[in-house]
Amino acid sequence: MKQQYVFGLAAFLAIVGLSVFMYKWQALDFPATRNQETSVWTIESSIHFDSGPGSIKVNLLIPTLTPGFRMLNENSVSRGYGFSLNYGSGGREAQWAIRRADGPQTIYYRISVYEDQGLRQSDTTPPFPPPPVINEPFRTAVEVIVAEVKEHSADTASFTAELLRQMNDPSPDPNVELLLSNASTRAEFVDSITTILASARIPARMVHGFELQGRQRSAEPVTWLEVHDGERWRYFDPMSGEENLPERFLVWWRGNEPLVNVEGGSNVQVEFAVQENHLDAVVIAETQAAQQGASIIDFSLYSLPIQTQTVYGVLLMIPIGALIMVVLRNMVGIDAFGTFMPVLIALSFRETKLFWGVMLFTLLVALGLSIRFLLDRLRLLLVPRLSAVLIVVVILMLLISLISHRLGMETGLSVALFPMVIIAMTIERMSVVWEERGAADAMRAGLGSLVVAIVAYLGMGLAWLEHLIFTFPELLLVVLSFVVLAGRYTGYRLLELSRFKALSGQ
Amino acid sequence: MKFVRAQDLREAGVLGVNQRNCDFIMRLNPRSLYPRVDDKVITKGLALAAGMAVPELYGIISNQGEVHAFGDIVADRQSFVIKPAQGSGGDGILVITGRSKRKRELFRLSSGVLISRGEIAHHISNIVGGQYSLSGNRDKALIEYCVNFDPVFTELSYQGVPDIRVIVYRGYPAMAMVRLPTRASDGKANLHQGAVGAGVDMSLGQTLTGVLDDEIVDEHPDTGALVSGLQIPHWDFILQTAARGYEVTELGYLGVDMVIDKDLGPMILEMNARPGLNIQIANCEGLSKRVARIDEIFDRDTSPEKRASIARREFPAERQTSIHFDQ
Repeated sequence: MKQQYVFGLAAFLAIVGLSVFMYKWQALDFPATRNQETSVWTIESSIHFDSGPGSIKVNLLIPTLTPGFRMLNENSVSRGYGFSLNYGSGGREAQWAIRRADGPQTIYYRISVYEDQGLRQSDTTPPFPPPPVINEPFRTAVEVIVAEVKEHSADTASFTAELLRQMNDPSPDPNVELLLSNASTRAEFVDSITTILASARIPARMVHGFELQGRQRSAEPVTWLEVHDGERWRYFDPMSGEENLPERFLVWWRGNEPLVNVEGGSNVQVEFAVQENHLDAVVIAETQAAQQGASIIDFSLYSLPIQTQTVYGVLLMIPIGALIMVVLRNMVGIDAFGTFMPVLIALSFRETKLFWGVMLFTLLVALGLSIRFLLDRLRLLLVPRLSAVLIVVVILMLLISLISHRLGMETGLSVALFPMVIIAMTIERMSVVWEERGAADAMRAGLGSLVVAIVAYLGMGLAWLEHLIFTFPELLLVVLSFVVLAGRYTGYRLLELSRFKALSGQ
Repeated sequence: MKFVRAQDLREAGVLGVNQRNCDFIMRLNPRSLYPRVDDKVITKGLALAAGMAVPELYGIISNQGEVHAFGDIVADRQSFVIKPAQGSGGDGILVITGRSKRKRELFRLSSGVLISRGEIAHHISNIVGGQYSLSGNRDKALIEYCVNFDPVFTELSYQGVPDIRVIVYRGYPAMAMVRLPTRASDGKANLHQGAVGAGVDMSLGQTLTGVLDDEIVDEHPDTGALVSGLQIPHWDFILQTAARGYEVTELGYLGVDMVIDKDLGPMILEMNARPGLNIQIANCEGLSKRVARIDEIFDRDTSPEKRASIARREFPAERQTSIHFDQ
């Protein structure tokens, strides 16, 4: 009966722990391995203008569909303006409005995105565009060019490529020259190309965006050509005619509408700044999950202050140490002082590193033990003697630190990080065992403690494990279920297989 | 270090520490009953009330202020034993076997070493302070009669008092061994301190081979005497007394430690709620099979005498003679 309770409890704990883990890992994309950093790009647009006498309304086109990028967050900073997000014909629009404003005004809009190669938002399949109304003599020129390009192309993609080649020809056709006579900027150039494509009944539009790389104090939006081939949108470099999109190209807005429109203001200027940050993948997963409304995130350790996080980073490994302790004591059968002393010793090794930890610990215990035997001659009572050992341990630590500092070995300073109460207790326990059961037993248990401490240190120091436990604290339930099961382990301990070998029946 | 297969041990019926703790101690020995065996003052009281023989108690020192009363308690007695009431594994026991002829303040330990009254007082202070108690709490020091052990064991012990450990499972004596002090064990009869444990044929009350540090031995390491074949006197009485330990303590898995005094016969020295497992090596036999047999024949209403005779009938030694001659 009781056995079933234990198994049931262990299974319950393991299932709960593992399912929360799987949910966070698979559904919420929490990283299971460490140091998964993601570049997060923050693009800030600032709109400067002089306010007019009346009410002011500012419209800014902002990213809607951003292939290859996922939005982390966006916000706007503007003093006294009402803010709203709307959907216009060209995509999303941010709108600020104020009844009255004085002097030069600045409005900020900021968006943070990160790369997500898998992201392909569904875009609408556009209808065939109506033939544009073009005045003569441009009309004839367009018709001639369309007819000529059609001769040299097979489909939409090759048509576009051929058109771009002709338009970029260094010694252009007179028709091309005529069409481009008004196009002084890249945007106007692309605009005229979309007009020609529309005449050929090919859906095309301009895309404006930024090539994200490093930190750019003032970034200029670059115009690119987007052509729909009946199945998907294709991107063309309007200058080279190659079908590609620059690496890390964030599409800001589409179409030929102006980026910003200010009613009631003048001298409008828009500036862009780009900044790259490296954010832990965990943070992104959390923000993402929070946006999806997964309440499990409210209990994440990453929401704690950084300092507390560091403390828990260590604390959460103690159960791992305890598990190692359980295995080594109940399944292997190693003798050690105290129940959790080795785990606490292992904790202090974290600061001193293993080699120096073992050296300093051994040195301290050896010195303390000899002092303890001296104290024994004074026949002190138990508590005063323990206190005396404690004081001696502190003095010894001080001496070790000073001497090692003199010798230029800074590692010796880390001796101060040892929990001295633990050392004093170890010395006391060891000396009692030494007196009562002899040096061999004391040495064996002392060595056993050290071995357990070293194994626990190695186990608790596994970086991937630490990350795993910290990101998925629910795994502690799995550890707990292991420990509960180990509590009902009635098989032989490993060392018993040697101890009882005389009884093996051979 | 040589290892054997777990399966071989299981077939031999060897009981492991984990199984002992989990299936026997936790199931059969409720925590609330522990003080009956962990505190020797209580054990002594219960045993006396049940009419069992125990070493006479000279006095108890229960706090630091009473340590000086030690002299009054001892008075002119030549020999006595000082032990912590809640000690474990024989730690903290001081056996005084005599006094210096010229200086009365000097006491002779069982090893022959002389120690002063001040050193004894310090030892008592340590006991009272809790150095040897299981929990580390304050403790009491018992000063009691020093057993004048039966000469039957003289050849087989190096100083100290040999004792007989009987494992009593649900009231039935299941296995026994004689624990023989050695020089290494400093006169103490605890196996982990280096004493020799000799298995006992339950039906005959005769010693079998011995175990020293988990190894089987034929001879006492100090005296060289043959360990096996020694007839233990008062065997019936010893088994009955051990069986009665179950009524006294109500512990289902119990170790009863007894000594045989030359004049007073077998006496209970102490009882143990977590007896060790080396007794299996000493007897060359696992406990599990005997325990299973006791579970089969268990009858709540049997008297201790009946249970002792059942143990004699059921558990004759099987393998020891052959092993003895093989080696």
